[in-house]
Amino acid sequence: MASEPDSGAIAVRLAGITHRYGVIAALDDAALAFPAGSDTAIIGPDGVGKSTLLALIAGARKIQSGAIEVLGADMKSATQRTRAAPRIAFMPQGLGRNLYPSLSVAENINFFANLYATSPEARRQRREHLLKATGLAPFSDRPAGQLSGGMRQKLSLCCALVHDPDLLILDEPTTGIDPLSRRQFWQLVDGIRAIQPGLTLIVATAYMEEAERFGRLVVMDKGKVLAEGTKAQVLERAGAGKVEEAFIALRHDHGGTRPADAKPFIRPPSEGPPAIVARGLTRRFGDFTAVDNVSFEIARGEIFGFLGSNGCGKSTTMKMLTGLLPASSGSATLLGRPIDAADIETRRRVGYLSQSFSLYGELTVLGNLQLHAKLFRLARAERADRIRETLARFDLESVADSFPETLPLGVRQRLQLAVACLHKPEVLILDEPTSGVDPETRDAFWHLLSELSHRDGVTIFISTHFLHEAERCDRLSFMHAGKVLAVGTPDELRRQENADTLEAAFISCLEKHTEPVPEAVVSPTLVRSEDVRPPGRLLTWFNWVTAFSRREAREVWRDPVRLSFAFLAPLILLITFARGISFDIESLPFSIFDRDQSAQSQSLTLHLSGSRYFSERRPALSDLDVDRRLQSGEAALVVEIPPGFGRDLLAGRQPTLSLWLDGANPSRANTARGYAEGVTQSFIASLLKEEQAESPRLPVNLEPRFLYNQDFRSVFAMTPGVIMFLTMLIFAMMTALGVTREREIGSIVNLSVSPATTGAFLVGKFLPYTGIGYLAFLLMVVFAVFGLGLPIKGSLVALLLGGLLYVVTAAAFGILVSTFVRSQVAAIFACALLTMLPALNFSGFLQPVSNLSPVAQVIGLGFPSSWFQQISIGVFAKGLPFEAFWKPFAALALFPLIFLMLASAMLDKQEK
Amino acid sequence: MWRWIANTADLGIKELASVLRDRAMMIFIIWAFSGAIYLVASGANLEMRDASVGFADHDKSQISLRIRDALRKPSFSPPVSLDPAAIDKAMDDARFTFVLVVPPRFEQDLLAGRQPTLQLVVDATAMTQAGIGTGYISHILSREIEAFLDARGMKTAAPVAFTVRSFFNPNLEESRHMAVMEIVNNVCLLSIILVGAAVVREREHGTIEHLLVMPVTPSVIVFAKIWANGLVVLIAVFLSLNLVARGAMGIPISGSIALYMLGAVVFLFSVMALGVMLGTLTPSMPQFALLAFPTIIVMEVLSGGMTPIESMPPYLRVVMSAVPSTHYVKFSQGVLFRDAPLALVWPELVWMAVLGALYVIIALGRFRAMLAGANGGR
Repeated sequence: MASEPDSGAIAVRLAGITHRYGVIAALDDAALAFPAGSDTAIIGPDGVGKSTLLALIAGARKIQSGAIEVLGADMKSATQRTRAAPRIAFMPQGLGRNLYPSLSVAENINFFANLYATSPEARRQRREHLLKATGLAPFSDRPAGQLSGGMRQKLSLCCALVHDPDLLILDEPTTGIDPLSRRQFWQLVDGIRAIQPGLTLIVATAYMEEAERFGRLVVMDKGKVLAEGTKAQVLERAGAGKVEEAFIALRHDHGGTRPADAKPFIRPPSEGPPAIVARGLTRRFGDFTAVDNVSFEIARGEIFGFLGSNGCGKSTTMKMLTGLLPASSGSATLLGRPIDAADIETRRRVGYLSQSFSLYGELTVLGNLQLHAKLFRLARAERADRIRETLARFDLESVADSFPETLPLGVRQRLQLAVACLHKPEVLILDEPTSGVDPETRDAFWHLLSELSHRDGVTIFISTHFLHEAERCDRLSFMHAGKVLAVGTPDELRRQENADTLEAAFISCLEKHTEPVPEAVVSPTLVRSEDVRPPGRLLTWFNWVTAFSRREAREVWRDPVRLSFAFLAPLILLITFARGISFDIESLPFSIFDRDQSAQSQSLTLHLSGSRYFSERRPALSDLDVDRRLQSGEAALVVEIPPGFGRDLLAGRQPTLSLWLDGANPSRANTARGYAEGVTQSFIASLLKEEQAESPRLPVNLEPRFLYNQDFRSVFAMTPGVIMFLTMLIFAMMTALGVTREREIGSIVNLSVSPATTGAFLVGKFLPYTGIGYLAFLLMVVFAVFGLGLPIKGSLVALLLGGLLYVVTAAAFGILVSTFVRSQVAAIFACALLTMLPALNFSGFLQPVSNLSPVAQVIGLGFPSSWFQQISIGVFAKGLPFEAFWKPFAALALFPLIFLMLASAMLDKQEK
Repeated sequence: MWRWIANTADLGIKELASVLRDRAMMIFIIWAFSGAIYLVASGANLEMRDASVGFADHDKSQISLRIRDALRKPSFSPPVSLDPAAIDKAMDDARFTFVLVVPPRFEQDLLAGRQPTLQLVVDATAMTQAGIGTGYISHILSREIEAFLDARGMKTAAPVAFTVRSFFNPNLEESRHMAVMEIVNNVCLLSIILVGAAVVREREHGTIEHLLVMPVTPSVIVFAKIWANGLVVLIAVFLSLNLVARGAMGIPISGSIALYMLGAVVFLFSVMALGVMLGTLTPSMPQFALLAFPTIIVMEVLSGGMTPIESMPPYLRVVMSAVPSTHYVKFSQGVLFRDAPLALVWPELVWMAVLGALYVIIALGRFRAMLAGANGGR
């Protein structure tokens, strides 16, 4: 697979690509060509279709209309895509979004290597080269979730490069990481390109300055390609010297409006005590120190910036200042008062804007403003004016009745700022307010900030990872790994570090304060692993399944919540249900209304209260008492013994006993009646025998023979069913979660872009859950036998085999459910709804299948639970031998096949 | 204090807007309190219905045919003739719950007063049916035999007779009980999911943090959620009881609706508080669902609506008394069926209120800790 030496070859070609999400067109008739061996940056703000474009090229999304040809393969055809997949590498947006956080660095790389057919030896060599090249070698045992943002991106790159691709697609690989890591990242990419000139590189970026380093540019806005070509061509067309200027110019050619050049506001000298003072602020989460001994002072009316990468502690510091998080140690004052979460007065003087959009989507722009005006308890008279004023000032009048989700990101950020300023706060705390916003909107936003601060005297504390924005702060601090490295005006900082730009100053500061990361060494051996003969198809398939299932098993094993759900929940529910669902009537509260007071009536009373079914309450003394006992629920049964009962009984005059029942719970009433009559009759029979009285004989004897459960105890009858029910509910749910989780987190993209098949993915998912499910099933059986005292009367082998088949079926059902739900919550709901009704009501748990209506019987037999119920109850209660179960075995073997086949057909490998 | 009330009211109005705008949730609520109640109540689970009976008749006499004909719907399916040799196999395959064996010369012996024996084979693993069904069959037998002998001028008499009267539900119709219990179940399910998910969602979207930096305290947030969601469910309960239970199903409600609604208010407070508490215990929606589902299932099964609370082991009874639905089931049965006045049911109200307060206190204690925890991993 040598790269084409021909420089004129085209690696990627797009024609007429249009892609819609609902009615919104993310891409509108895009046509592009990327020459082999070229390096291209795609620039544009968030939401212009960059990610969609890259995902389409990588094969992660399904093409809606148009054609894409990648490395000679038509991406519409599944077979051609599978052939091209091993030559494409895709790194999706988001810090390490395609990584598995609980897996170690080495495990992550191995997983990716296993998806592509390479020999173990080649895999090992390449892994070591990559780890060395990225400087990750010392951390190869650390879980990916505990790496810094920069390291995570390097790992993600390793995973992308592990199969030696010819096309490398990177979606915003450096967004949010610190400038030093960013520089190292690009050095690494340059190194790889230097020794592998045939590699085609396509990168999307939101940093305009970063785009300067690429040979070719594609400028995008609102789903359209504004310009493409070499950097020189694009700059020339736009008549600009820098990429950022070019972007703005090109955008205006296409109908955007250029904001009037705004005069900067001059900051008056600040007076009075500082607005914010932090002294040695520290915040720990467990062993992890998020903020380490941070101190600074912010004067009134200044714009103070926090510059640092994602996860360096900026947000945590801000949260401590707002009182959202208590500090582990250190102190801070806000407007001269110590921070106190309960201090409502100070909160009224502060406005806060958090990183994510945190207003209510269900309220309109106006509604959000009104809610906040009320919550800040602005005087009623003042409210309307203030809202009108705010709408005008933040230019929101035209969208006052729109819902926030329909607005562009820039407008939403402006709305958030408007809300934060509504109550005229003295201090504004803004956490990365401009990430993802296009350069002009950002400019306008900063103009507003400058007005607020320098004209109106509001103190602004803002965090950002854009160096560009840091330049506009009055003073700023460099922050890294929880520490403040330096504080000063931009000029002071540059001077201190002897640097021309703020970026250089930050990098030199970082280098001084952090441990040197092993320099990236790109050794020539990394270039090509000698061509490995691909293994046979079956073996490849087997490799995929192993890769998927080993990864899944590791992940679940390290997740305490899911593990306890798998093992603890079944046991706890088994105990509560087996013990709690009891139709045995025991100690039913009853009262006697004895109007006879004879020896016989008293002996009957004793007999009733002595039985384990009944427990005696205060006797009733009058008819009114009977009503009262029942009405208060004190007694569920009142037995009224008529006057002359004893006499009539002995004389054979058939006295009449009255049973007054509480009918509120009919099944209890029925059972109570049956027991009361039974106990009375047996008492009378023995009494009459004793008295040798002439007793009328019953014409017939009814001899009931209770099979399987002679003591008639609920626990024996219910437990087999509870095991049936819990196994289905819990393991269908867990398996369904396993698949939808990947979809929600986004790591399913690894499947879409790899050559692995959906079948292998599903089987790989399904194996670990079958294992866990079977362990939990055995645990339940062991507990039923030793904890609840259920004897296994029938064939243990049948139970074990049936259980295995049933767990397999439950997992397969979960897989099937996961193919048609979108979110984890929906997966849980769907599994609960779909399994509970047939398993509880139609599978012979609460009532025998043979008693159901014909329709219900069909539903019951069409669901695997009823078949396992036959085995479970057959082995536990009925003592049946192995041969008795061939029908259920056959059914349980058939269900998973059907489920998996349906699932395979329904799961789309690509996103829409 | 005034500000607390005003903020709780304002925030609650926002909460109302968000529930009412969630169309899927509204459809679910409407279904849960109309169709679902009707379906469950009319298809009553535990009633003796269509029980399968095998009939092994060695006698084939007039009386045996008469008995066979007497086992009929709705309690029993038409009996199926069975070869006595096949009984064991049929029982193993769970084809029948009951098999009645009539011995040879049964009629002859009966008329001669020789007290013949009928055997009834019962599948005792079918707990809900075996006990009740045996009683039913025994009643039917004595009734038929008595009538049969009566017609031939032979007097029979048991040593005692019973008159049975069921208070509050004279015909022991399962549907009444099930309808009311299903309302309780759905209140639990919806309240916990509605309010718990609202807490988790606000946290996932970061809106809770946003609220907490304003002059809004955690208790305002909690109570706003409780009153707004509670109001929605309360209206649904009221309509369901009047339109579905009394209207469509014609269930007579003997008790005071006003008292019942008072209980519903207290119960909603406590169960919503439970939902908020569960919401503060879990960091994400999937984990919330994993915690909420077992809780809801346990509440539905063990609160006394499905099987009587007296028949549970003592330790379970203690555990379940810490769950508000147990008290609400007791309260509902008392008020709706037995027409119990406030003087009789107030302890249940106090229980629910105290439990609700306890959950709120735990939830408030967890509130800030939960924000800290949610950010620890990032």
